[in-house]
Amino acid sequence: MSVIAPPPPTIRPTTSSRATRVLGVLSIVGIVALAVFGLFITPPDAELGETIRILYMHVPTVSAAYVAFVVTAVASVAYLWKRTEFWDLLAASSAEIGVLFFALTIFNGMLWGKITWGVFWRWEPRLTTTTVLFLTYLGYLAVRRIPATVSTRATVSAVIGILAVVNIPITHKAVDWWRGLHQEKTIFGTVDPEMQGTQLFTAYLGLTVFLLLFLWLLIHRFRLAWLSERAEERVLDRAIADRRAESVEEAP
Amino acid sequence: MVRDVVLIAAKDLRLEWRSRVGAGQVLPFALLCVLLFAFALDVDRGVLQQATAGLFWVVVLFAAVLVVQRSFSVEASDGVIDALRLSGLSPAAVYLGKVAAITVELLALEAVLWLAVAVLYDTTLGGWGLLVGTVLLATVGTAAAGATYGVVGLRLRGAETLLPLLLLPLLAPVLIGATAASDIALGRSAGPGWPWAALLGMFCVVYLLLGSVLFRPLMEDS
Amino acid sequence: MSTTGYIAAAWFGTFAAVAAYAAWIIRRSRRAAALVPEEDQRWM
Repeated sequence: MSVIAPPPPTIRPTTSSRATRVLGVLSIVGIVALAVFGLFITPPDAELGETIRILYMHVPTVSAAYVAFVVTAVASVAYLWKRTEFWDLLAASSAEIGVLFFALTIFNGMLWGKITWGVFWRWEPRLTTTTVLFLTYLGYLAVRRIPATVSTRATVSAVIGILAVVNIPITHKAVDWWRGLHQEKTIFGTVDPEMQGTQLFTAYLGLTVFLLLFLWLLIHRFRLAWLSERAEERVLDRAIADRRAESVEEAP
Repeated sequence: MVRDVVLIAAKDLRLEWRSRVGAGQVLPFALLCVLLFAFALDVDRGVLQQATAGLFWVVVLFAAVLVVQRSFSVEASDGVIDALRLSGLSPAAVYLGKVAAITVELLALEAVLWLAVAVLYDTTLGGWGLLVGTVLLATVGTAAAGATYGVVGLRLRGAETLLPLLLLPLLAPVLIGATAASDIALGRSAGPGWPWAALLGMFCVVYLLLGSVLFRPLMEDS
Repeated sequence: MSTTGYIAAAWFGTFAAVAAYAAWIIRRSRRAAALVPEEDQRWM
């Protein structure tokens, strides 16, 4: 091949900084430790058996998702108050990661269900609630993709970010009552009280790891959002400048 | 404030009365749904009778999406929204007026729909106290959430197709609560109905409050 | 599939998805960063 790669720029453009590199390393070490503890060191649960190993993933992903949506809601309120780009982009970035974690929660939950119930899906309250909320936040992300002025998009998404978070407890309550008569083995509730020793440690380790991972992803996603806005502005500026130059040439 | 709410609601209802979009388009659509459910579910095995309340509320939610869309598309043309903004009416009053108009339209639709369901699905209506309470609370709740999202569709051109995705997951608790309470009212399931009514009531209060507060930024930003 | 298989699928699937998402972010930000002058990249 005769194509010669261009020389790499002196500073590689990335969204990483020292803080994110530390966070990233900690997350990876944490993931490895979690895998070792969750898959090998901890004993199978007395009640749940081997399926508890899925819960070491399931519980942290859903918890991190809720943290993400609370961040979105707080940032949305802050946006309506301060009207700065920072809060808008933070809300958007956090929601996207929350949706990813929700999708993983549903995925894990279905695999857990396949082992426990023999089917991928039962109308278990937690899974059902998660799916409804997942769709709610897909709507939020879809709104952000509609072309609009920056301030309109930010205002509308802030409102939706607030309404969606308020809907979380209401949906929880409604779905719990809806399934109230059909008590079945659920993903939560059967584990927490009796957890001890390495099981308890692994549960907390999972939470910590996923919160670190969330933070790491959030910072990178926020910087990407910030860069995209700047890049879009520059493209727009250039287009306007070109148009101006053309009209000057056309003028007699 | 109350006068402004009535003003907006009356304006919307007058507009609806003249255009007959609700009566001529949304209501026939709702009746069509009642028919389609009969085709989809075996009519001879009593599935329809068992699911009456649930099917009824699903139809209402679908119709609500259309009513909300209509309620705000009339504001989209010729900068009516700007006129509203400049009229000096408080955004909360505009919001509550919209909620009131949507509620009235939906209640009219539900009255006809209950009759249709009673006849076509062979349902005996009863438990009037709980049934009427449920209908009122669920409808106000639907309108309260719907009006907030309706204005979102107005601010974002091209968001019309998005309204169902935004609104329906939010209304999932209303569907659950209204179906359960109606089932109890119609004697299809046992149990106290008031917790469900309370859930619906809470939904109404929360979304009416949020809508009144959040309508201002939605209208003022441009 | 055995219980072990489902557990392995859950763990692998989860971390593979997170890794893919992270890679997607990084690739897109490289592209965006190339368009933006350095003074706008305050974290560097």
